[in-house]
Amino acid sequence: MGGQGPAEHRADAGRELEQLVREHAGRLAAGLVRITGDFGTAEDLVQDAILAALQRWPIEGVPARPDAWLFTVARNRGLDVLRRQHNYRSKLAQLRLPVESASDDRLRLVFTCCHPALSRSAQIALTLRVVCGLTTAQIARAFLVPETTVAQRITRAKRKITDAGIPYRMPDPDELAARLREVLAVIYLLLNEGYLSTAERAQSRDLVDDADWLAAQLHGLMPAEPEVAGLLALIRLHRARADARFDPDGNLVLLEQQDRSNWDHEAIAEASRLLQQAARRHRPGPYQLQAAIVACHAEAADWASTDWEQIVLLYDMLLHLAPSPLVRLHRAIARRFTAGPAAALGEVDALADALDRYHLYHATRADLLRILGRAAAARAADRRALQLTANPAEQALLRRRILWGDETRGAGRRVNSVERVARADTRRRPAGSSPSSG
Amino acid sequence: MKYVLLFVETEQFERDFEAMSEADRERAFGLVYQWMDDNADKIRGGNKLQSADTATTVRLDAGSEPVVTDGPFVEGKEVVSGYTEVEVDDLDQVLKMVSTWPGCPIVEIRPLLEMSAGQG
Repeated sequence: MGGQGPAEHRADAGRELEQLVREHAGRLAAGLVRITGDFGTAEDLVQDAILAALQRWPIEGVPARPDAWLFTVARNRGLDVLRRQHNYRSKLAQLRLPVESASDDRLRLVFTCCHPALSRSAQIALTLRVVCGLTTAQIARAFLVPETTVAQRITRAKRKITDAGIPYRMPDPDELAARLREVLAVIYLLLNEGYLSTAERAQSRDLVDDADWLAAQLHGLMPAEPEVAGLLALIRLHRARADARFDPDGNLVLLEQQDRSNWDHEAIAEASRLLQQAARRHRPGPYQLQAAIVACHAEAADWASTDWEQIVLLYDMLLHLAPSPLVRLHRAIARRFTAGPAAALGEVDALADALDRYHLYHATRADLLRILGRAAAARAADRRALQLTANPAEQALLRRRILWGDETRGAGRRVNSVERVARADTRRRPAGSSPSSG
Repeated sequence: MKYVLLFVETEQFERDFEAMSEADRERAFGLVYQWMDDNADKIRGGNKLQSADTATTVRLDAGSEPVVTDGPFVEGKEVVSGYTEVEVDDLDQVLKMVSTWPGCPIVEIRPLLEMSAGQG
């Protein structure tokens, strides 16, 4: 790419460094936990090595063997801090390169970080730090929370792992489905969090990239799990269209208006293939279905040729597997194109009790009311939506609509933003609960 | 590692239990005894408690004199109704064990703070 300024160069170099650290940190952690048998200590050592790397590599240059460098720093630090703990110290002293981390080790690490006895926020923080090699500061910046909050979360989680006896092991076959759901939920939330972020967070870590990396790792380690492939496909389908989602000024561009030539069609085709392979295992799940819905949009040559019948069908299947008012809302949005706006509005209105505190419920109603010529009711619904969202890009869009009425006419135009934000909000906004601010 | 399982009953559970026929209650107890037998190698003791309305609570931080009151220290809809101490390798083993518990609807798992000889 030509015309890069020094700031972009720095950002690129920073990203490269992060990727390098991520590639090696998790493996080192996995190996160290196995050898020392102490999750907390091993994790501390790796974190120290990462901090040293982030400080020194930009100045001294990236070493020829980054893994060996990290290993040596972690080991020496360990020998130093564990001076009084002969047991660990002797284990560490015997360590030689390469630290073997069998694929099992890396899976164990992920399953331990995402153990159901840990809170979701702890699972996320631990996974990012231990498996992806993020520093506490990077995690805090990515989630817009104080660094001390993240640090406390991690300290508490590590203490719980030790004190409550959370094991470092692979789940048994009969536990695997439930445990894998936890891991996938964590990766999914990273995707959402990353997807939510707009220009204001451009300087922070791209969590979608971490979600992609984690899902790809997991897919490599568990190729026979179709939901892992489904989630990876979902992430890739979103990323393939990411460039078209914002205009040069950072405004949200809705699906209908997106320039589809800006989509990465090769990546879309590849993700679709991945999804088809997963489907051949005949074990459908929520991630495969969501990916299939996004694929319907991604594969449509233009807005007019969107296969809404197929999308409604997929939402029906999703409702069957994972019923929720949110999925019903999305289905109703699609129904606008198969059954008409009046029928869709009826279905949306039926969700009033569950979704009254959810801004996209009101924004969707506003769309449908506007199409049906009920401008005043539409404006009132948009105002309600505006009260309930904290996302600046969403707020800007709603303000424009309240001012200009049908400037963004049509529920369909909203589909992409509705999906985008709804997915992002499932975490902080379970149906019916009050929206968080922030 | 050692853990204590705290068995917690809810008002609904209590009502359902009272509504059972004698035969159904017998069967419910039978399932619990069976579970105890199945896990006998891990169980290190425990007991069913008398109902919460038999509890007496003493507060020692209320003033110079201990304050004795009638009832459990937390008045709530959910009450601890029994406990079992278990010894297993790790939390996953307890989770597996508890997943087949046929009694009350809530079980809290608390690791024991194990003190070596000479401490405490």
